[in-house]
Amino acid sequence: MLRHRLAVTISAASILTLAVAGCGGTTKKNSSDTGGGAQTAASANPNAQLKTGLKIAYLPKQLNNPYSDVETSGGEAAVKELQGEYKKVGPNDASASSQVSYINTLIQQQQDVIVIAANDPNAVCPSLNQARSAKIKIVTFDSDASKACRDIFINQATTEGIGESLAKMALEQAGADGGQIAVLSATPNATNQNSWIAVMKTELAKPEYSKLKLVKVAYGNDDDQKSFQEAQGLMQSYPNLKVIVAPTTVGIAAAARYIGSSSYKGKVAVTGLGLPNQMRQYVKDGTVKKFALWNPADIGYLAAYAGAALASGQITGAQGDKFTAGKLGAYTVGANGEVVLGPPTEFTADNIDKFNF
Amino acid sequence: MFKKLASWDSIIILLTVLVLIVASVVVDNFGTSRNFTFMVLDLMPIILVALPMTFIIITGEIDLSVASVLGLTSSLMGWLWNHDMAIQTIIPLCIVIGAVAGALNGFLITGLGLPSLAVTIGTLALYRGLAFVVLGDSAVADFPFNFTGWVTGTLGDGSIPNVLIPIIAMAVVFGVILHATPVGRALYAIGANAQAAHFSGIRVARTKLWLYVVSGAVSGLVGVLWTLRYSSARADNGAGLELAVVAAVLLGGVSIFGGKGSLPGVLAGVVLLTALQNALRLEDVSGQALNIVTGALLVLSVLLPNIVTTVRGNWQRRRLRQSAAQ
Repeated sequence: MLRHRLAVTISAASILTLAVAGCGGTTKKNSSDTGGGAQTAASANPNAQLKTGLKIAYLPKQLNNPYSDVETSGGEAAVKELQGEYKKVGPNDASASSQVSYINTLIQQQQDVIVIAANDPNAVCPSLNQARSAKIKIVTFDSDASKACRDIFINQATTEGIGESLAKMALEQAGADGGQIAVLSATPNATNQNSWIAVMKTELAKPEYSKLKLVKVAYGNDDDQKSFQEAQGLMQSYPNLKVIVAPTTVGIAAAARYIGSSSYKGKVAVTGLGLPNQMRQYVKDGTVKKFALWNPADIGYLAAYAGAALASGQITGAQGDKFTAGKLGAYTVGANGEVVLGPPTEFTADNIDKFNF
Repeated sequence: MFKKLASWDSIIILLTVLVLIVASVVVDNFGTSRNFTFMVLDLMPIILVALPMTFIIITGEIDLSVASVLGLTSSLMGWLWNHDMAIQTIIPLCIVIGAVAGALNGFLITGLGLPSLAVTIGTLALYRGLAFVVLGDSAVADFPFNFTGWVTGTLGDGSIPNVLIPIIAMAVVFGVILHATPVGRALYAIGANAQAAHFSGIRVARTKLWLYVVSGAVSGLVGVLWTLRYSSARADNGAGLELAVVAAVLLGGVSIFGGKGSLPGVLAGVVLLTALQNALRLEDVSGQALNIVTGALLVLSVLLPNIVTTVRGNWQRRRLRQSAAQ
């Protein structure tokens, strides 16, 4: 009986709380405070010398990903040129919140620059702003954080450029009659992949692409086995598929491995974004004719120079700021603090042996 | 006194204090106030969920769905916020929803008599799935700053994080219930022998049902806190947290077979795991090595008490034999 009365009391109390709270309160509409911690804009001194001995730390989405390993290797080379201290840390899983503990650690260690690929643009924000108030410069690469909490974003290529290139390669390889195409992406919430696919869809809606029909976007979660199974599943569901477009290095390698070892070899084209070293054998055996990518080592390299320029006071991340990035030459900061690396490189049987990454 | 000192939870408490002292001396930047704030924020979700989990494991059951309840309430929080509900309504509502999710677990386990391991593995998948149904792959991030800032903030700009207040308050309430009330003693009785407990007048099923309701409600609350801490409502929030919680509870000396354990031991287990990870990270130990350390600790925490019991048993037998021979 007592227990019963207790239950009734609890329910009544919670309903009452809800009712009271229901009238008035903070809703999405009446709350305009975004909480972005802005840093005071110091003025840039374009003639400042690049400092030596800078501590530059890389925080990729997760460790042991071959692609981000190449990116950070470029960073390591650049930090060496800059006579700084290079460090790479990161979580084992690419979850949204696991990076935060690592950012906190880097704050404690008083790094000068944190170069981060954000797993979630917002989840890392409070920590990054804490880092900035501790005078640490934040450079994002690969996947941007909200622009309110970083100084510069190294954009490997414009979203439009990649999306258009994906659509173009699909059209070239679908053959004269066109037909069904499918996308094999990374995780369903991967920021870049989703924006590229969005551009690709806009492109496909144009009349010159009318022969192509996008039948499915599958997700291999950037996991080799899952991507392999998804490629298999695509062929089972759509046996007439002409092209699999995989805008992720893990996905394209898995798809090429499946197609190359199946009866679909030569009938289904695999294209997208891949690493030359991973794709070399499939290009040589004819499974893959053409794929594209920027040079990931250059991203890490450019990020180190951008970070050093920020930490040395050469630039502040404002639009129009100019700096020189070693062997890559001169760069200008664009709108929203973005620095674009350059156009993607296309790899075919003719040029693939010139690249080793 | 000797018996008390030799028990596993006292060993863990001593070990935790030792690790904290050694790390403060040896590891650069470990013993600073800012690092203390970071550590409290890191251990908040584990410690809060570990409180009801301790109760449940002491009764010989388990709740593996906690992280999924967290994900579900996080998703719902984002969805409701997007649908323009006031955050002051959303927060209690999320706790109630967590309680309902827990009640479903409790009903399946006590009402239908299903094993808790199977039921909560099922609802682990079910609630996480529902979380993705609610919010899909998107994230909601624009929560008001006076709420998100409170969770990450400190008391009066000092170094004591705000979230330490609910942590201490809840730990005290759970500790008092477990160690100083008939309800707490009933939990141990249930874990030691559910049938005997039943015949001595303890309402086993109803007690367990309430434990799952409380576990769900606390997971819902942690879902809210997690969302506010990271300013990000996502369906995959907290994935895998249940393992960290169960690891900490077992490390703290609670027997997976029920009937044994104490809350101070569990609190020490959580602090030990978090402090060790924090210190190793500051020393630039890689993530994989961190997992190895956590895993090894967990195995040891199960293995060592067993060895101690066996050795003590042998020793007592030998003494008995000796006195018999005399």
